[in-house]
Amino acid sequence: MSEQGRPLNKRAIYERRRAARALAGASHDELAELWDAWENRPEVTYLRGPEAGLVMVQGRIGGTGDRFNLGEATVTRATVMLHGCGLDDGASGTSYILGSHPGHAGLAAVFDALLAVPAQHDRVLAEVIEPLERRQAERDAAAHSDARSTVVDFFTVSREHE
Amino acid sequence: MYVAVKGGEKAIANAHALLAKRGRGTADSPRIGYEQVRDQMGVLVSRVMAEGSLYDPDLAAKALLQAQGDVLEAVTLLRSYRTTLPRFGITPAVDTAGLPSERRVSATFKDIPGGQQLGATFDYTHRLLVDELETTDVPPPDVPVDEPMPRVAALLGVDALIESDRPAEGWTDPDPGDLTREPTVFPMTRAERLQALSRGDEGFLLSLGYSTQRGFGNNHPFVGEVRVGEVEVEFEVPEIGHAMPIGRIEVTECEMVNQFVGSADVAPQFTRGYGLVFGRAERKAMSMSLVDRALRRDEFGERSVSPAQDEEFVIAHSDNVQATGFVEHLKLPHYVDFQAELVLIRKLRREFQERQATRESAAHDSTREDTNRLEENA
Repeated sequence: MSEQGRPLNKRAIYERRRAARALAGASHDELAELWDAWENRPEVTYLRGPEAGLVMVQGRIGGTGDRFNLGEATVTRATVMLHGCGLDDGASGTSYILGSHPGHAGLAAVFDALLAVPAQHDRVLAEVIEPLERRQAERDAAAHSDARSTVVDFFTVSREHE
Repeated sequence: MYVAVKGGEKAIANAHALLAKRGRGTADSPRIGYEQVRDQMGVLVSRVMAEGSLYDPDLAAKALLQAQGDVLEAVTLLRSYRTTLPRFGITPAVDTAGLPSERRVSATFKDIPGGQQLGATFDYTHRLLVDELETTDVPPPDVPVDEPMPRVAALLGVDALIESDRPAEGWTDPDPGDLTREPTVFPMTRAERLQALSRGDEGFLLSLGYSTQRGFGNNHPFVGEVRVGEVEVEFEVPEIGHAMPIGRIEVTECEMVNQFVGSADVAPQFTRGYGLVFGRAERKAMSMSLVDRALRRDEFGERSVSPAQDEEFVIAHSDNVQATGFVEHLKLPHYVDFQAELVLIRKLRREFQERQATRESAAHDSTREDTNRLEENA
């Protein structure tokens, strides 16, 4: 299932990856809330899924050496087509999200599709992606702060009679 | 030979009902939600994901509840489930130094950039059983938050005191074999061994790692570095045409540093054993890195004298789904099989008794002759 009409320039790739990261890191409830708040919701048709599958996750020996297969992870993917609300030609979007949450993958595909609509692009970034990024940054900062509070300063006790 | 049996449907259905009843406990106590298992028994959930070779904390928690806490049963549920799903593809290798670690300690260097960060650890707890669990707030840190944490192996690598994890030139980043798709053939590549070890039984690997420390193997290990933290997973989506972030997974990584005295061609330097495991699994990652190093004996021309150095012994017995399947099948009906054994044993006993009788009567005869002879002589 190939997508047509979506640019593959650096900026478009960067933005789509950024949006995917924010959408994957959010919870289904967060996305559902944002979609409920979206004005003029277009009609959503599922071209594929949401369907469950796997990816084989690879690591590297020693962190930077040869690759090896670490194990599989569940993934849910969806491809949607949006119609109505000024989308004359429709707009398609795709999502792949770790885990087994069809609703999450479905809504992520919807926002991915809206991101590709020039008239909706800025609104998706401002009303969906940026708030999600801020929340993720807050969660990360809190977790990182907790982790840094456990930094220990060991000191070596020098041996006597040496 | 195993001969199948038929029948017993009713008793089997009743046994399953009884199993469900045992798992429920008293009816007036609330059922445990899978979210509680996922969040409050995270280490156990990690183990099920690692040995089930499937990262999904929700499903692992559900499997544990269904299995009533039987880890191997839960692992088997995950393994069975994964066979029902299509594989969309293979991810680019995760960058284990990519996101800030929750935990990062080194036993080789005290002062490392980024510091020794204990994270959520059972180390240094008092190991005293308490009646009620309580949680306290974690105070804010009094050290800089944004400090980079370079790999400890990279610090040793500067003076070539430790082996490099890839050849200096001519490295092709080879595609690893996949044990879930190809038959197991010995000898394996190190990459294939690591796949098997990462999904191997924690207890088995722990014991093997322990055996190398006690002298059954040629190790003198130090924990160069242990890290626990989240890494981002990406996936090259064919229909999109480039890699997309698809979420994060938690992993535990261990780099074990081992002595190597060198050979005619190679200068003495430290060598490495590597462990990488899904979830919070420090004991497993450490054991894995010990066994990984022991199994590299051919690379360093070490004599193979111990079980932990025997690739086929280790890999063929590390998978607990296979192990429990073969051990536990012994309790299934073997009636026909056993009938044959019974007939054989009865026949052998009959023959034994006949021989015994012949021998006794011969001995009796000879005793009588001896007695007669004695009497004559007297």
